[in-house]
Amino acid sequence: MLSLQNISMTFHPGTVNARLALDDLSLHLAPGDFAAIVGSNGAGKSTLFNAIAGNFFVDSGRILLDGRDMTFLPQHKRSRQIGRLFQDPLRGTAPNMSIEENLALAYLRTSPSKAPFSRLSNRDRELFRERLRLLDMGLEDRMRQPVGLLSGGQRQALTLLMATIVPPKLLLLDEHTAALDPAAAEKVLKLTRETVERDRITCLMVTHNMSQALEYGNRTLMMAGGRIVLDVSGEERRALSVGDLIDRFRKESGTEGDNDRILLE
Amino acid sequence: MSAANLLSLGQTALEQGLISSLTVLALFLSYSMLNVCDLSTDGCFTLGATVGAIVALAGHPWLSLPAAMAAGMLSGLVTAVLQTKMGVDSLLAGIIVNTGLYSVNIAVMGNASFMNLNQTETVFTVLKGLLSGSVLAGQYKTLAALLTVGLTVGFLCWFLHTRMGLAIRATGDNPDMVRSSSVNTALTTIVGLCVANAFTALSGCLLAQSQKSVNIDIGSGMVTIALASLLIGNVFFNRTRPLGLRTLGAVIGAILFRLVYALALLLRMPAYMLKLVSSVIVVIAISGPYLRSRLPLWKRQLNARRKGGAGEC
Repeated sequence: MLSLQNISMTFHPGTVNARLALDDLSLHLAPGDFAAIVGSNGAGKSTLFNAIAGNFFVDSGRILLDGRDMTFLPQHKRSRQIGRLFQDPLRGTAPNMSIEENLALAYLRTSPSKAPFSRLSNRDRELFRERLRLLDMGLEDRMRQPVGLLSGGQRQALTLLMATIVPPKLLLLDEHTAALDPAAAEKVLKLTRETVERDRITCLMVTHNMSQALEYGNRTLMMAGGRIVLDVSGEERRALSVGDLIDRFRKESGTEGDNDRILLE
Repeated sequence: MSAANLLSLGQTALEQGLISSLTVLALFLSYSMLNVCDLSTDGCFTLGATVGAIVALAGHPWLSLPAAMAAGMLSGLVTAVLQTKMGVDSLLAGIIVNTGLYSVNIAVMGNASFMNLNQTETVFTVLKGLLSGSVLAGQYKTLAALLTVGLTVGFLCWFLHTRMGLAIRATGDNPDMVRSSSVNTALTTIVGLCVANAFTALSGCLLAQSQKSVNIDIGSGMVTIALASLLIGNVFFNRTRPLGLRTLGAVIGAILFRLVYALALLLRMPAYMLKLVSSVIVVIAISGPYLRSRLPLWKRQLNARRKGGAGEC
Protein backbone atom coordinates (compact mmCIF):
# COMPACT_ATOMS: atom_id res chain seq x y z
CA MET A 1 0.00 0.00 0.00
CA LEU A 2 2.66 2.48 1.09
CA SER A 3 6.10 2.20 -0.38
CA LEU A 4 8.97 4.48 0.61
CA GLN A 5 12.01 3.92 -1.58
CA ASN A 6 15.34 5.24 -0.31
CA ILE A 7 14.05 8.59 0.86
CA SER A 8 16.50 11.12 2.33
CA MET A 9 15.96 14.56 3.74
CA THR A 10 18.50 17.08 5.00
CA PHE A 11 17.39 20.21 6.82
CA HIS A 12 19.43 23.43 6.45
CA PRO A 13 21.80 21.90 3.89
CA GLY A 14 25.15 23.61 3.51
CA THR A 15 25.03 25.32 6.88
CA VAL A 16 26.50 24.43 10.26
CA ASN A 17 23.00 23.39 11.27
CA ALA A 18 22.70 20.84 8.48
CA ARG A 19 20.99 17.75 9.79
CA LEU A 20 20.26 14.50 8.00
CA ALA A 21 16.75 13.79 9.28
CA LEU A 22 15.92 10.88 6.98
CA ASP A 23 18.80 8.69 5.88
CA ASP A 24 18.11 6.52 2.82
CA LEU A 25 15.01 5.14 4.46
CA SER A 26 12.91 2.43 2.83
CA LEU A 27 9.66 1.01 4.12
CA HIS A 28 6.89 -1.08 2.62
CA LEU A 29 3.51 -1.47 4.20
CA ALA A 30 1.14 -4.16 2.92
CA PRO A 31 -2.58 -3.30 2.73
CA GLY A 32 -4.05 -3.55 6.22
CA ASP A 33 -0.68 -3.31 7.96
CA PHE A 34 -0.86 -1.51 11.31
CA ALA A 35 2.67 -0.58 12.36
CA ALA A 36 3.64 1.05 15.65
CA ILE A 37 6.78 3.20 15.57
CA VAL A 38 9.00 3.95 18.55
CA GLY A 39 12.15 6.03 18.66
CA SER A 40 13.79 8.68 20.77
CA ASN A 41 13.20 12.39 20.24
CA GLY A 42 14.93 13.47 17.06
CA ALA A 43 14.97 9.96 15.61
CA GLY A 44 13.00 11.22 12.61
CA LYS A 45 9.51 9.92 13.36
CA SER A 46 7.72 13.21 12.77
CA THR A 47 9.95 14.00 9.80
CA LEU A 48 8.95 10.65 8.33
CA PHE A 49 5.27 11.52 8.77
CA ASN A 50 5.80 14.99 7.31
CA ALA A 51 7.53 13.46 4.30
CA ILE A 52 4.67 11.03 3.73
CA ALA A 53 1.99 13.70 4.24
CA GLY A 54 3.78 16.15 1.95
CA ASN A 55 4.71 18.98 4.35
CA PHE A 56 7.91 19.09 2.30
CA PHE A 57 9.33 17.24 -0.67
CA VAL A 58 12.12 14.77 0.06
CA ASP A 59 15.62 15.43 -1.32
CA SER A 60 15.82 12.01 -2.95
CA GLY A 61 13.89 8.77 -3.15
CA ARG A 62 10.32 7.98 -4.14
CA ILE A 63 7.04 7.78 -2.25
CA LEU A 64 4.29 5.54 -3.62
CA LEU A 65 0.81 5.09 -2.24
CA ASP A 66 -1.29 2.28 -3.68
CA GLY A 67 1.03 2.13 -6.68
CA ARG A 68 0.72 5.84 -7.46
CA ASP A 69 3.87 7.96 -7.34
CA MET A 70 3.15 10.94 -5.12
CA THR A 71 6.71 12.11 -4.48
CA PHE A 72 5.90 15.56 -5.84
CA LEU A 73 2.17 15.68 -5.11
CA PRO A 74 1.31 18.73 -2.94
CA GLN A 75 0.10 18.18 0.60
CA HIS A 76 -3.55 19.03 0.03
CA LYS A 77 -3.81 16.49 -2.78
CA ARG A 78 -2.18 13.72 -0.78
CA SER A 79 -4.47 14.30 2.16
CA ARG A 80 -7.44 13.12 0.11
CA GLN A 81 -6.04 9.65 0.68
CA ILE A 82 -4.06 10.14 3.88
CA GLY A 83 -5.69 10.81 7.24
CA ARG A 84 -3.53 12.28 9.98
CA LEU A 85 -3.94 12.86 13.71
CA PHE A 86 -1.58 15.00 15.78
CA GLN A 87 -0.69 14.99 19.43
CA ASP A 88 -2.50 18.32 19.95
CA PRO A 89 -6.23 17.54 19.94
CA LEU A 90 -6.97 21.17 19.00
CA ARG A 91 -5.13 20.82 15.72
CA GLY A 92 -7.52 18.60 13.82
CA THR A 93 -10.81 20.46 14.15
CA ALA A 94 -12.18 23.97 13.54
CA PRO A 95 -13.39 25.23 16.95
CA ASN A 96 -15.96 27.77 15.78
CA MET A 97 -17.64 25.40 13.38
CA SER A 98 -20.18 22.84 14.51
CA ILE A 99 -19.53 19.10 14.82
CA GLU A 100 -21.70 18.58 11.77
CA GLU A 101 -19.80 21.18 9.72
CA ASN A 102 -16.43 19.73 10.69
CA LEU A 103 -17.59 16.29 9.61
CA ALA A 104 -19.03 17.75 6.41
CA LEU A 105 -15.67 19.30 5.60
CA ALA A 106 -13.95 15.95 6.09
CA TYR A 107 -16.64 14.04 4.26
CA LEU A 108 -17.00 16.32 1.24
CA ARG A 109 -13.26 16.85 0.78
CA THR A 110 -12.51 13.20 0.19
CA SER A 111 -14.83 12.98 -2.77
CA PRO A 112 -13.26 15.02 -5.57
CA SER A 113 -16.14 14.12 -7.83
CA LYS A 114 -18.47 16.29 -5.77
CA ALA A 115 -18.85 19.84 -7.04
CA PRO A 116 -17.30 22.62 -4.94
CA PHE A 117 -20.75 24.02 -4.27
CA SER A 118 -22.35 20.81 -3.13
CA ARG A 119 -24.08 20.91 0.22
CA LEU A 120 -24.77 18.40 2.94
CA SER A 121 -27.84 16.23 2.36
CA ASN A 122 -30.06 14.76 5.04
CA ARG A 123 -28.71 11.34 4.16
CA ASP A 124 -25.19 12.58 4.92
CA ARG A 125 -26.43 13.91 8.27
CA GLU A 126 -27.96 10.55 9.09
CA LEU A 127 -24.63 8.89 8.31
CA PHE A 128 -22.81 11.35 10.60
CA ARG A 129 -25.27 10.68 13.41
CA GLU A 130 -24.80 6.95 13.02
CA ARG A 131 -21.01 7.21 13.04
CA LEU A 132 -21.01 9.63 16.00
CA ARG A 133 -23.12 7.16 17.94
CA LEU A 134 -20.34 4.59 17.55
CA LEU A 135 -18.03 6.94 19.50
CA ASP A 136 -20.37 6.46 22.45
CA MET A 137 -19.81 10.01 23.71
CA GLY A 138 -23.28 11.44 23.18
CA LEU A 139 -21.97 13.66 20.36
CA GLU A 140 -24.77 12.51 18.03
CA ASP A 141 -27.12 14.76 20.01
CA ARG A 142 -24.81 17.77 19.86
CA MET A 143 -24.18 17.98 16.13
CA ARG A 144 -25.05 21.67 15.90
CA GLN A 145 -22.74 22.71 18.73
CA PRO A 146 -19.36 24.31 18.04
CA VAL A 147 -16.45 21.90 18.42
CA GLY A 148 -14.71 24.37 20.73
CA LEU A 149 -17.06 23.25 23.52
CA LEU A 150 -15.79 19.64 23.47
CA SER A 151 -13.14 18.15 25.74
CA GLY A 152 -9.71 17.15 24.39
CA GLY A 153 -10.66 13.48 24.28
CA GLN A 154 -13.92 14.21 22.49
CA ARG A 155 -12.13 16.43 19.98
CA GLN A 156 -9.52 13.76 19.26
CA ALA A 157 -12.22 11.11 18.85
CA LEU A 158 -14.01 13.45 16.44
CA THR A 159 -10.76 14.06 14.55
CA LEU A 160 -10.34 10.29 14.26
CA LEU A 161 -13.85 10.00 12.87
CA MET A 162 -13.17 12.87 10.44
CA ALA A 163 -10.00 11.19 9.22
CA THR A 164 -11.72 7.86 8.69
CA ILE A 165 -15.33 8.70 7.79
CA VAL A 166 -14.27 7.95 4.25
CA PRO A 167 -11.62 5.27 4.89
CA PRO A 168 -8.24 6.69 3.82
CA LYS A 169 -5.61 4.57 2.12
CA LEU A 170 -3.23 5.44 4.93
CA LEU A 171 -3.76 6.71 8.46
CA LEU A 172 -0.91 8.52 10.25
CA LEU A 173 -1.21 8.71 14.04
CA ASP A 174 1.41 11.01 15.51
CA GLU A 175 1.26 10.27 19.26
CA HIS A 176 -2.42 11.07 19.03
CA THR A 177 -3.24 10.11 22.61
CA ALA A 178 -0.16 11.54 24.36
CA ALA A 179 -1.86 14.80 25.37
CA LEU A 180 -5.01 13.17 26.73
CA ASP A 181 -5.79 12.08 30.27
CA PRO A 182 -5.43 8.29 30.82
CA ALA A 183 -9.15 7.51 30.57
CA ALA A 184 -9.60 9.56 27.40
CA ALA A 185 -6.41 8.14 25.91
CA GLU A 186 -7.64 4.60 26.46
CA LYS A 187 -11.00 5.41 24.93
CA VAL A 188 -9.45 7.00 21.83
CA LEU A 189 -7.02 4.09 21.44
CA LYS A 190 -9.88 1.62 21.65
CA LEU A 191 -11.78 3.57 18.99
CA THR A 192 -8.64 3.69 16.86
CA ARG A 193 -8.19 -0.05 17.02
CA GLU A 194 -11.87 -0.72 16.26
CA THR A 195 -11.90 1.67 13.29
CA VAL A 196 -8.64 0.49 11.80
CA GLU A 197 -9.61 -3.17 12.11
CA ARG A 198 -13.16 -2.67 10.84
CA ASP A 199 -12.13 -0.82 7.68
CA ARG A 200 -8.79 -2.61 7.33
CA ILE A 201 -6.99 0.75 7.10
CA THR A 202 -3.23 0.71 6.59
CA CYS A 203 -1.88 2.61 9.56
CA LEU A 204 1.32 4.02 11.04
CA MET A 205 1.26 4.98 14.72
CA VAL A 206 4.00 6.80 16.63
CA THR A 207 4.01 6.04 20.32
CA HIS A 208 6.33 6.43 23.29
CA ASN A 209 4.61 3.63 25.09
CA MET A 210 6.63 0.43 24.67
CA SER A 211 3.86 -1.93 25.65
CA GLN A 212 1.49 -0.22 23.20
CA ALA A 213 4.12 -0.61 20.51
CA LEU A 214 4.01 -4.38 20.96
CA GLU A 215 0.32 -4.71 21.71
CA TYR A 216 -1.19 -2.64 18.89
CA GLY A 217 -1.15 -3.61 15.26
CA ASN A 218 0.86 -6.32 13.53
CA ARG A 219 4.30 -4.69 13.16
CA THR A 220 6.67 -2.81 15.42
CA LEU A 221 9.24 -0.40 13.97
CA MET A 222 12.03 1.43 15.74
CA MET A 223 13.68 4.53 14.34
CA ALA A 224 17.07 6.05 15.18
CA GLY A 225 19.14 8.60 13.30
CA GLY A 226 16.69 8.86 10.42
CA ARG A 227 16.66 5.12 9.72
CA ILE A 228 14.46 2.22 10.60
CA VAL A 229 16.66 0.07 12.85
CA LEU A 230 14.12 -2.54 13.88
CA ASP A 231 11.19 -3.99 11.97
CA VAL A 232 9.53 -6.98 13.56
CA SER A 233 6.26 -8.77 12.92
CA GLY A 234 4.65 -12.16 13.36
CA GLU A 235 6.38 -14.80 15.48
CA GLU A 236 9.48 -12.71 16.08
CA ARG A 237 7.33 -9.86 17.42
CA ARG A 238 5.32 -12.12 19.70
CA ALA A 239 8.55 -13.37 21.20
CA LEU A 240 9.71 -9.84 21.97
CA SER A 241 9.07 -8.57 25.51
CA VAL A 242 8.72 -4.97 26.61
CA GLY A 243 12.06 -5.37 28.40
CA ASP A 244 13.75 -6.52 25.17
CA LEU A 245 12.34 -3.53 23.32
CA ILE A 246 13.56 -1.09 25.96
CA ASP A 247 17.06 -2.60 25.92
CA ARG A 248 17.16 -2.29 22.18
CA PHE A 249 15.79 1.27 22.42
CA ARG A 250 18.53 2.33 24.84
CA LYS A 251 21.21 0.79 22.70
CA GLU A 252 19.95 2.46 19.53
CA SER A 253 19.36 5.89 21.00
CA GLY A 254 22.73 5.76 22.77
CA THR A 255 21.32 6.90 26.08
CA GLU A 256 20.36 5.25 29.29
CA GLY A 257 16.88 6.48 28.64
CA ASP A 258 16.99 9.03 31.43
CA ASN A 259 16.28 12.04 29.29
CA ASP A 260 13.87 10.25 27.00
CA ARG A 261 10.26 9.65 27.53
CA ILE A 262 9.73 5.92 27.80
CA LEU A 263 6.43 4.79 29.14
CA LEU A 264 6.12 1.34 30.59
CA GLU A 265 2.78 1.14 32.34
CA MET B 1 -36.99 70.10 13.30
CA SER B 2 -40.31 68.72 12.10
CA ALA B 3 -41.47 65.14 12.21
CA ALA B 4 -41.32 64.93 8.43
CA ASN B 5 -37.70 66.05 8.49
CA LEU B 6 -36.83 63.47 11.08
CA LEU B 7 -38.52 60.77 9.08
CA SER B 8 -36.63 61.72 5.94
CA LEU B 9 -33.39 61.72 7.91
CA GLY B 10 -34.17 58.25 9.22
CA GLN B 11 -35.00 57.04 5.74
CA THR B 12 -31.72 58.37 4.35
CA ALA B 13 -29.84 56.64 7.16
CA LEU B 14 -31.68 53.39 6.44
CA GLU B 15 -30.91 53.60 2.74
CA GLN B 16 -27.25 54.51 3.29
CA GLY B 17 -26.92 51.82 5.93
CA LEU B 18 -28.36 49.19 3.60
CA ILE B 19 -26.02 50.19 0.77
CA SER B 20 -22.93 50.19 2.99
CA SER B 21 -24.04 46.93 4.60
CA LEU B 22 -22.91 45.23 1.39
CA THR B 23 -19.36 46.27 2.24
CA VAL B 24 -19.94 45.10 5.81
CA LEU B 25 -21.06 41.71 4.47
CA ALA B 26 -17.92 41.62 2.32
CA LEU B 27 -15.82 42.18 5.44
CA PHE B 28 -17.90 39.58 7.26
CA LEU B 29 -16.65 37.11 4.66
CA SER B 30 -13.01 38.27 4.50
CA TYR B 31 -12.44 39.45 8.09
CA SER B 32 -14.75 37.28 10.23
CA MET B 33 -14.73 34.13 8.12
CA LEU B 34 -11.40 34.06 6.29
CA ASN B 35 -9.53 36.03 8.98
CA VAL B 36 -7.93 38.30 6.38
CA CYS B 37 -8.05 42.05 6.96
CA ASP B 38 -8.55 43.27 3.40
CA LEU B 39 -7.14 46.80 3.24
CA SER B 40 -7.92 47.11 -0.48
CA THR B 41 -11.56 47.68 0.51
CA ASP B 42 -11.42 51.49 0.09
CA GLY B 43 -10.01 51.34 -3.41
CA CYS B 44 -12.28 48.49 -4.42
CA PHE B 45 -15.34 50.41 -3.21
CA THR B 46 -14.30 53.37 -5.38
CA LEU B 47 -13.56 51.00 -8.28
CA GLY B 48 -17.11 49.68 -8.10
CA ALA B 49 -18.41 53.25 -8.10
CA THR B 50 -16.36 54.40 -11.09
CA VAL B 51 -16.90 51.29 -13.21
CA GLY B 52 -20.62 51.27 -12.41
CA ALA B 53 -20.88 54.96 -13.28
CA ILE B 54 -19.07 54.58 -16.61
CA VAL B 55 -21.30 51.68 -17.66
CA ALA B 56 -24.42 53.56 -16.56
CA LEU B 57 -23.25 56.65 -18.47
CA ALA B 58 -22.88 54.45 -21.54
CA GLY B 59 -26.59 53.74 -21.21
CA HIS B 60 -26.65 50.36 -19.46
CA PRO B 61 -27.96 50.91 -15.92
CA TRP B 62 -28.57 47.20 -15.24
CA LEU B 63 -25.27 46.11 -16.72
CA SER B 64 -23.51 48.51 -14.34
CA LEU B 65 -24.10 46.15 -11.40
CA PRO B 66 -22.46 43.00 -12.80
CA ALA B 67 -19.74 45.17 -14.36
CA ALA B 68 -18.87 46.70 -10.99
CA MET B 69 -18.91 43.25 -9.36
CA ALA B 70 -16.63 41.82 -12.02
CA ALA B 71 -14.19 44.69 -11.52
CA GLY B 72 -14.29 44.06 -7.76
CA MET B 73 -13.62 40.38 -8.29
CA LEU B 74 -10.61 41.19 -10.43
CA SER B 75 -9.26 43.49 -7.72
CA GLY B 76 -9.85 40.77 -5.11
CA LEU B 77 -8.08 38.28 -7.33
CA VAL B 78 -4.99 40.49 -7.49
CA THR B 79 -4.94 40.99 -3.71
CA ALA B 80 -5.38 37.26 -3.11
CA VAL B 81 -2.78 36.14 -5.64
CA LEU B 82 -0.26 38.59 -4.16
CA GLN B 83 -0.64 37.05 -0.71
CA THR B 84 -1.04 33.37 -1.60
CA LYS B 85 1.21 32.91 -4.61
CA MET B 86 3.73 35.74 -4.53
CA GLY B 87 4.82 35.88 -0.91
CA VAL B 88 3.45 39.34 -0.11
CA ASP B 89 2.18 39.80 3.44
CA SER B 90 -1.62 39.92 3.50
CA LEU B 91 -1.91 43.45 4.99
CA LEU B 92 0.72 44.76 2.60
CA ALA B 93 -1.02 43.13 -0.37
CA GLY B 94 -4.17 45.08 0.46
CA ILE B 95 -2.31 48.36 0.84
CA ILE B 96 -0.44 47.88 -2.45
CA VAL B 97 -3.62 47.10 -4.37
CA ASN B 98 -5.39 50.03 -2.70
CA THR B 99 -2.67 52.42 -3.82
CA GLY B 100 -2.67 51.04 -7.35
CA LEU B 101 -6.44 51.31 -7.57
CA TYR B 102 -6.25 55.09 -7.03
CA SER B 103 -4.63 55.47 -10.46
CA VAL B 104 -6.94 52.87 -11.98
CA ASN B 105 -9.99 54.71 -10.69
CA ILE B 106 -8.86 58.06 -12.13
CA ALA B 107 -8.15 56.31 -15.41
CA VAL B 108 -11.60 54.68 -15.42
CA MET B 109 -13.19 58.10 -14.97
CA GLY B 110 -11.18 59.33 -17.95
CA ASN B 111 -8.46 61.29 -16.20
CA ALA B 112 -10.91 63.00 -13.87
CA SER B 113 -11.53 62.74 -10.16
CA PHE B 114 -15.22 63.54 -10.29
CA MET B 115 -18.16 62.34 -12.34
CA ASN B 116 -21.70 63.65 -12.46
CA LEU B 117 -24.61 61.22 -12.88
CA ASN B 118 -27.39 63.79 -12.54
CA GLN B 119 -28.82 63.21 -16.01
CA THR B 120 -27.89 59.54 -16.19
CA GLU B 121 -30.26 56.64 -16.14
CA THR B 122 -29.29 54.51 -13.11
CA VAL B 123 -30.82 51.43 -11.50
CA PHE B 124 -32.53 53.80 -9.08
CA THR B 125 -34.11 56.00 -11.76
CA VAL B 126 -35.22 52.90 -13.66
CA LEU B 127 -36.86 51.55 -10.53
CA LYS B 128 -38.38 54.95 -9.79
CA GLY B 129 -40.01 54.88 -13.22
CA LEU B 130 -41.27 51.33 -12.67
CA LEU B 131 -42.78 52.19 -9.29
CA SER B 132 -44.28 55.56 -10.21
CA GLY B 133 -47.92 55.77 -9.22
CA SER B 134 -47.74 52.86 -6.74
CA VAL B 135 -47.72 53.24 -2.97
CA LEU B 136 -44.02 52.44 -2.86
CA ALA B 137 -43.05 55.25 -5.24
CA GLY B 138 -41.36 57.29 -2.52
CA GLN B 139 -39.39 54.31 -1.24
CA TYR B 140 -37.69 53.26 -4.45
CA LYS B 141 -34.14 53.77 -3.15
CA THR B 142 -34.70 51.89 0.10
CA LEU B 143 -36.50 49.17 -1.81
CA ALA B 144 -33.65 48.70 -4.29
CA ALA B 145 -31.10 48.57 -1.49
CA LEU B 146 -33.24 46.20 0.56
CA LEU B 147 -33.62 43.85 -2.39
CA THR B 148 -29.88 43.77 -3.07
CA VAL B 149 -29.02 43.23 0.58
CA GLY B 150 -31.63 40.47 0.85
CA LEU B 151 -30.15 38.68 -2.16
CA THR B 152 -26.63 39.09 -0.79
CA VAL B 153 -27.53 37.75 2.66
CA GLY B 154 -29.32 34.82 1.02
CA PHE B 155 -26.34 34.11 -1.19
CA LEU B 156 -23.87 34.25 1.73
CA CYS B 157 -25.98 31.90 3.86
CA TRP B 158 -26.11 29.43 0.99
CA PHE B 159 -22.47 29.86 0.01
CA LEU B 160 -21.01 29.45 3.50
CA HIS B 161 -22.66 26.04 3.83
CA THR B 162 -21.34 24.66 0.57
CA ARG B 163 -18.19 22.60 0.41
CA MET B 164 -16.23 25.67 -0.73
CA GLY B 165 -17.84 27.85 1.96
CA LEU B 166 -17.01 25.36 4.72
CA ALA B 167 -13.41 25.23 3.47
CA ILE B 168 -13.20 29.04 3.52
CA ARG B 169 -14.52 29.15 7.09
CA ALA B 170 -12.11 26.44 8.22
CA THR B 171 -9.23 28.36 6.61
CA GLY B 172 -9.99 31.27 8.92
CA ASP B 173 -10.85 29.14 11.93
CA ASN B 174 -7.97 26.67 12.14
CA PRO B 175 -5.24 27.12 9.52
CA ASP B 176 -3.28 24.29 11.15
CA MET B 177 -6.07 21.84 10.47
CA VAL B 178 -6.65 23.12 6.97
CA ARG B 179 -3.02 22.79 5.98
CA SER B 180 -2.99 19.13 6.97
CA SER B 181 -6.36 18.38 5.41
CA SER B 182 -7.08 18.42 1.75
CA VAL B 183 -8.11 22.07 1.57
CA ASN B 184 -6.04 24.20 -0.77
CA THR B 185 -5.72 27.35 1.34
CA ALA B 186 -4.52 29.40 -1.61
CA LEU B 187 -7.71 28.55 -3.49
CA THR B 188 -10.04 29.26 -0.55
CA THR B 189 -8.35 32.62 0.06
CA ILE B 190 -8.62 33.53 -3.63
CA VAL B 191 -12.30 32.56 -3.91
CA GLY B 192 -13.14 34.23 -0.59
CA LEU B 193 -11.50 37.54 -1.49
CA CYS B 194 -12.99 37.54 -5.01
CA VAL B 195 -16.52 37.10 -3.65
CA ALA B 196 -15.99 39.64 -0.87
CA ASN B 197 -14.60 42.27 -3.22
CA ALA B 198 -17.47 41.74 -5.66
CA PHE B 199 -19.83 42.85 -2.88
CA THR B 200 -17.62 45.77 -1.89
CA ALA B 201 -17.64 47.00 -5.48
CA LEU B 202 -21.40 46.51 -5.74
CA SER B 203 -21.76 48.60 -2.61
CA GLY B 204 -19.71 51.41 -4.16
CA CYS B 205 -21.64 51.19 -7.41
CA LEU B 206 -24.98 51.56 -5.63
CA LEU B 207 -23.79 54.45 -3.46
CA ALA B 208 -22.55 56.39 -6.51
CA GLN B 209 -25.82 55.85 -8.36
CA SER B 210 -27.89 56.73 -5.32
CA GLN B 211 -26.07 60.03 -4.72
CA LYS B 212 -25.75 60.64 -8.47
CA SER B 213 -22.07 61.38 -8.46
CA VAL B 214 -18.69 59.74 -8.05
CA ASN B 215 -15.76 61.32 -6.32
CA ILE B 216 -12.31 59.74 -6.14
CA ASP B 217 -12.66 59.92 -2.34
CA ILE B 218 -16.00 58.10 -2.24
CA GLY B 219 -14.42 55.01 -0.70
CA SER B 220 -11.88 56.56 1.62
CA GLY B 221 -12.23 55.23 5.15
CA MET B 222 -14.79 52.61 4.05
CA VAL B 223 -12.79 49.75 5.59
CA THR B 224 -12.89 51.35 9.04
CA ILE B 225 -16.53 52.38 8.75
CA ALA B 226 -17.49 48.86 7.64
CA LEU B 227 -15.39 47.29 10.41
CA ALA B 228 -17.12 49.51 12.96
CA SER B 229 -20.50 48.40 11.61
CA LEU B 230 -19.43 44.76 11.65
CA LEU B 231 -18.28 44.99 15.26
CA ILE B 232 -21.51 46.75 16.27
CA GLY B 233 -23.37 43.87 14.62
CA ASN B 234 -21.28 41.40 16.64
CA VAL B 235 -22.74 42.88 19.80
CA PHE B 236 -26.17 41.60 18.75
CA PHE B 237 -25.15 38.26 17.31
CA ASN B 238 -21.71 37.08 18.41
CA ARG B 239 -19.72 34.24 16.91
CA THR B 240 -21.56 31.52 18.77
CA ARG B 241 -24.80 32.31 16.91
CA PRO B 242 -25.88 30.70 13.64
CA LEU B 243 -24.42 32.22 10.46
CA GLY B 244 -27.77 33.52 9.20
CA LEU B 245 -28.20 35.63 12.31
CA ARG B 246 -24.62 36.84 12.14
CA THR B 247 -25.01 38.10 8.56
CA LEU B 248 -28.22 39.80 9.69
CA GLY B 249 -26.24 41.30 12.57
CA ALA B 250 -23.79 42.78 10.06
CA VAL B 251 -26.68 44.49 8.23
CA ILE B 252 -28.19 45.75 11.49
CA GLY B 253 -24.78 47.06 12.54
CA ALA B 254 -24.45 49.01 9.29
CA ILE B 255 -27.90 50.59 9.62
CA LEU B 256 -27.37 51.39 13.28
CA PHE B 257 -24.05 53.03 12.51
CA ARG B 258 -25.72 55.32 9.97
CA LEU B 259 -28.60 56.10 12.33
CA VAL B 260 -26.23 57.09 15.13
CA TYR B 261 -24.26 59.15 12.64
CA ALA B 262 -27.44 60.89 11.46
CA LEU B 263 -28.37 61.58 15.07
CA ALA B 264 -24.93 63.03 15.76
CA LEU B 265 -25.32 65.33 12.75
CA LEU B 266 -28.65 66.50 14.18
CA LEU B 267 -26.81 67.37 17.38
CA ARG B 268 -24.54 69.57 15.28
CA MET B 269 -21.58 67.24 15.04
CA PRO B 270 -19.64 68.39 11.95
CA ALA B 271 -19.90 65.92 9.05
CA TYR B 272 -16.13 65.58 8.81
CA MET B 273 -16.08 63.82 12.20
CA LEU B 274 -17.55 60.63 10.66
CA LYS B 275 -14.19 58.98 10.12
CA LEU B 276 -12.80 59.81 13.54
CA VAL B 277 -15.94 58.43 15.13
CA SER B 278 -15.67 55.20 13.12
CA SER B 279 -12.02 54.86 14.11
CA VAL B 280 -12.88 55.27 17.78
CA ILE B 281 -15.66 52.70 17.53
CA VAL B 282 -13.30 50.15 15.97
CA VAL B 283 -10.68 50.79 18.67
CA ILE B 284 -13.25 50.40 21.46
CA ALA B 285 -14.77 47.26 19.94
CA ILE B 286 -11.44 45.51 19.40
CA SER B 287 -9.44 46.63 22.41
CA GLY B 288 -12.38 46.74 24.85
CA PRO B 289 -12.54 42.98 25.47
CA TYR B 290 -8.73 42.83 25.70
CA LEU B 291 -8.51 45.64 28.24
CA ARG B 292 -11.36 44.13 30.22
CA SER B 293 -9.48 40.84 30.46
CA ARG B 294 -6.45 42.72 31.81
CA LEU B 295 -8.50 44.58 34.41
CA PRO B 296 -8.28 41.97 37.22
CA LEU B 297 -4.49 41.85 36.86
CA TRP B 298 -4.19 45.63 37.07
CA LYS B 299 -6.38 45.62 40.15
CA ARG B 300 -4.15 43.04 41.80
CA GLN B 301 -1.02 44.97 40.87
CA LEU B 302 -2.54 48.16 42.25
CA ASN B 303 -3.54 46.44 45.49
CA ALA B 304 -0.11 44.90 45.84
CA ARG B 305 1.51 48.29 45.39
CA ARG B 306 -0.82 49.88 47.96
CA LYS B 307 0.05 47.26 50.53
CA GLY B 308 3.68 47.76 49.60
CA GLY B 309 6.56 45.59 50.80
CA ALA B 310 6.28 42.06 49.47
CA GLY B 311 4.90 43.04 46.05
CA GLU B 312 7.86 45.34 45.32
CA CYS B 313 10.39 44.31 42.73
